[in-house]
Amino acid sequence: MHATRGRTGSATALFRRLASCVALAGLLAGCAQRADDAHTLTFWTIGREGEAVTQLLPEFQRENPDIHIDLQQMPLGAAHQKLLTAFAGDSLPDMTQLGNTWIPEFVALHALEPLQSRVAHSTVVNPDDYFPSIWATNVYDGALYGVPWYVDTRLLFYRSDLLKAAGFDAPPRDWSQWRHMLAVLSHPQQGIYGILLPTNEYEQLMSLALQQPDPLLRDGGRYGNFESAGFKRALAFYVDTFKLREAPAITNVEAGNPWSEFGRGVYDFYFSGPWNIGEFRKRLPADEQGNWDTAPLPGPDGPGASVAGGSSLVIFRGSNHKQAAWKLIEYLSRPDVQQRFYELLGDMPPRRSSWDGGHLHDDPKAVAFREQLERVKPTPPVPEWEQIANEMQLVAAQAVAGDLTIDQAAAEINRRADRILEKRRWVLAHGPTLPGAQR
Amino acid sequence: MSPRLAKALINGFLIGGAVIALFPLLWMVSASFMQPGEASALPPPLWSAHATMRNYQELFLRAGMGRYLLNSLLVSTAITVLSLVFNLMAGYAFAKLRFAGRDRLFKVLLGMLIIPAQVAMLPLFLMLKYMGLVNSYGGVIVPAMATAFGTFLVRQYARGIPDELMEAARIDGASELRIFVRIVMPLLKPIMVTLAIFTFLTAWNDFMWPLIVLTGQEHYTLPLGLASLSREHAQDSELMMAGSVITVLPVLVLFLALQRYYLEGLLLGSVKG
Amino acid sequence: MNRTRAAWLFLAPALLILGVFFLLPVLAAFGLSLTDYDLYALADIHNLRFIALQNYWTLLQRREFWSALGHTLYFVIVGVPLSMAASLGAALLLNSPLARCKAFFRTALFAPVVTTVVAVAVVWRYLFNTKYGLVNDTLGLMGIHPVDWLGNPHWAMPAIILFAVWKNFGYNMIIFLAGLQAVPGDLYEAARIDGASAWQQFRHITLPMLGPTLWMVAIITVSGYFQLFAEPYVMTEGGPLQSTTSVLYLMYNEGFKWWNIGSASAIAFLLFAILFAVTMLMLRMGRRGGSV
Repeated sequence: MHATRGRTGSATALFRRLASCVALAGLLAGCAQRADDAHTLTFWTIGREGEAVTQLLPEFQRENPDIHIDLQQMPLGAAHQKLLTAFAGDSLPDMTQLGNTWIPEFVALHALEPLQSRVAHSTVVNPDDYFPSIWATNVYDGALYGVPWYVDTRLLFYRSDLLKAAGFDAPPRDWSQWRHMLAVLSHPQQGIYGILLPTNEYEQLMSLALQQPDPLLRDGGRYGNFESAGFKRALAFYVDTFKLREAPAITNVEAGNPWSEFGRGVYDFYFSGPWNIGEFRKRLPADEQGNWDTAPLPGPDGPGASVAGGSSLVIFRGSNHKQAAWKLIEYLSRPDVQQRFYELLGDMPPRRSSWDGGHLHDDPKAVAFREQLERVKPTPPVPEWEQIANEMQLVAAQAVAGDLTIDQAAAEINRRADRILEKRRWVLAHGPTLPGAQR
Repeated sequence: MSPRLAKALINGFLIGGAVIALFPLLWMVSASFMQPGEASALPPPLWSAHATMRNYQELFLRAGMGRYLLNSLLVSTAITVLSLVFNLMAGYAFAKLRFAGRDRLFKVLLGMLIIPAQVAMLPLFLMLKYMGLVNSYGGVIVPAMATAFGTFLVRQYARGIPDELMEAARIDGASELRIFVRIVMPLLKPIMVTLAIFTFLTAWNDFMWPLIVLTGQEHYTLPLGLASLSREHAQDSELMMAGSVITVLPVLVLFLALQRYYLEGLLLGSVKG
Repeated sequence: MNRTRAAWLFLAPALLILGVFFLLPVLAAFGLSLTDYDLYALADIHNLRFIALQNYWTLLQRREFWSALGHTLYFVIVGVPLSMAASLGAALLLNSPLARCKAFFRTALFAPVVTTVVAVAVVWRYLFNTKYGLVNDTLGLMGIHPVDWLGNPHWAMPAIILFAVWKNFGYNMIIFLAGLQAVPGDLYEAARIDGASAWQQFRHITLPMLGPTLWMVAIITVSGYFQLFAEPYVMTEGGPLQSTTSVLYLMYNEGFKWWNIGSASAIAFLLFAILFAVTMLMLRMGRRGGSV
């Protein structure tokens, strides 16, 4: 009897010891979370903005020595997924840079802190100073969820010297001029193409589609509207560019280094955003700097619209450092800081007073952006937009490859969009209000 | 066919096979010492004209590879130690201790072997979220602390231990724990080494689950760090080769040092129970 | 019975972990696959609906699912026989009495198995590069035109298969080698005396003696190859034109990229069901052949 009790007793002891091992592993896990101590503000950035911000932060730290900033960079291609995963896993930072097309998604998730009362008391952030169409992408049902940080719209970079050599004195104003120039400038058998449109980026097709009078979604964002005449026209123009071999059907992975290829004249047009002003200045040799310029996006019948993109700064609802986060937002919104930000990166400020001074004011390459910003359109403000845009591009790439006709592709995109929006329709019919429902 | 020709053919094929198997690894090492851009010359060079350590410096000083290396070591070691203890205990119990429902329970264990781990991943993520383990080392370690495969492997091996040894100890009044620690564990040493290498390699090389559960760079293991670097720095092939060397070298060295145990375990694991 | 108690205490940690972190999630996955758990539900659980088998029904109507299944089957049907043939060939060479330096060759051929998939996939991505890759360089020596391995939808999957065969064949090689060593030498001796050729010996002695091992290896390899994920994730990101998107890749995107957890669980379960059916079918075929 005695012996047996001893036996099981020590087995129990062993189990206890093992249990403490498990607890140790748990502790190990715990350490990770405790690392963010009380005074550390975690701030996530996307891609190159993170590198530029590190150069802006020292001044902020001098002004606010008690705030310690933990800065993390997300790769551009993985940012959306990382943010959603962090939301799903309750591991969001205090604040982040957020693409303004993603704001509706995080508003629907109740993840963002409303900011209008802070803005009302702020001496730095003045709503009237911002471009209205950009500011509007941060407002849902009357509440403000982000402060625009920089604006991003897509337009044309072009080789002015090559265009001139081919007899074109000005960049194209509408699609038919553009098509004509592409045809003249492309020599696919020599590996020379009018334009680079990476088949795995949706922004280009989306910009063309936004130029159309037809909205991309209908019935308050309940259904896709991709079988509209307008979208089909945009898709056909996009696909024709590949069919006519005016653009190579490659992804941005295969495109490798587009800047040097643009410099070598492999492409005459490059359809991209403002940060590439900085990239081209940095990457092309000095004697080629006079050979390129920027132009507003040609529309179907005259100068067209483009996407009202950009990034905002947002604070997450679960943050314990909202005051510190707001201080940083105010700092990054100061016109002098935004001008330095532009000089570092080429990212364009969202407020007029920032445009009034510094290099930006008299930068000839920025003029086209200023003009384009007068004609920007937001993407549909539904949480599912990022996924729909991705599916749109996957199907469009199949049309480029010749697997689908324009009509088939449009129908397939619509089918996918309707499936993705199914839950939204249900939530709108049964649940609380969602952003974008009224539009 | 003359025996000499046959011999030449067979050894020739073996050399060819070894070249195919080893060449990518050797080229990886060679390219990791090349200057930036050197590997993209035409024709591609086999080794560097001006070898440099610069890629490694860049990885450790700027890309945080040292942190990833430590994370990998920490996570893999913790998984190996903990799962070794638990699998040994459970495997021994299945093999040598009698209890009601043993065979039925063992069948359940065998059944678990055929369920792909990915089926469990989505709910597991949600569970760990509520336990606060997402984006922590614990999120990777805790679910791996015991495996059906490891338990099965130990059970197969432990069945070979003669019952008389334990019976004799019981008659002498030794406790079950004492029997396990003093008598069984020494006899299980070969399978312990095997299982330890297996587990360590699996944990080190694991990709999908850490990719899901570790959301912050500060917790990345080497494969995650390398995958995320390769999406940002796809053009910098020399840098990526150096990253691959850092990731592969520890496990390759471990394998070379202990390959006898590893290969034995591989055979044991594939014998149907 | 005290020994029973001791047994349960020994079992407890492993069973607890396997139960809580594996079995329970598997059951929960089935439950989730009957709901539309997604981001809306993550934000507010009232947005969760029980929708019975609708996820499965929707999946069966989606092109993406069928094409992902097609890519996975392509990988399995081409990759498994190729991989096993390479393993068997290498094992036969190593088992030959004429082979030299066996230990070295065994280690060399096995080395790729222990490497990290992600790391060597990064290496192979460069070897497969159209312009600078050594694969095309080598083919060029034989007068073959450069192939756009990872950029062409027709070549991306073959490239991934080649990579997978390189990475995995050593594993089965070791198992086959053990099987070959277990074949009694006097069988060959007798055959040689009867004047059987090397091929006849292989056909009538080696293959039948190896039969059960072959089937078992085939079953395990098939189930491993069905779980294709890391290779396309690193080498092609599922492209070009989604030609390397496997079922598991689709599940990962659906679940962990877009957080449609309900429908991703349904994908996981469909994969499991297919895998189960294939395994059962192969077991049966093996049994009918008298091998297993």
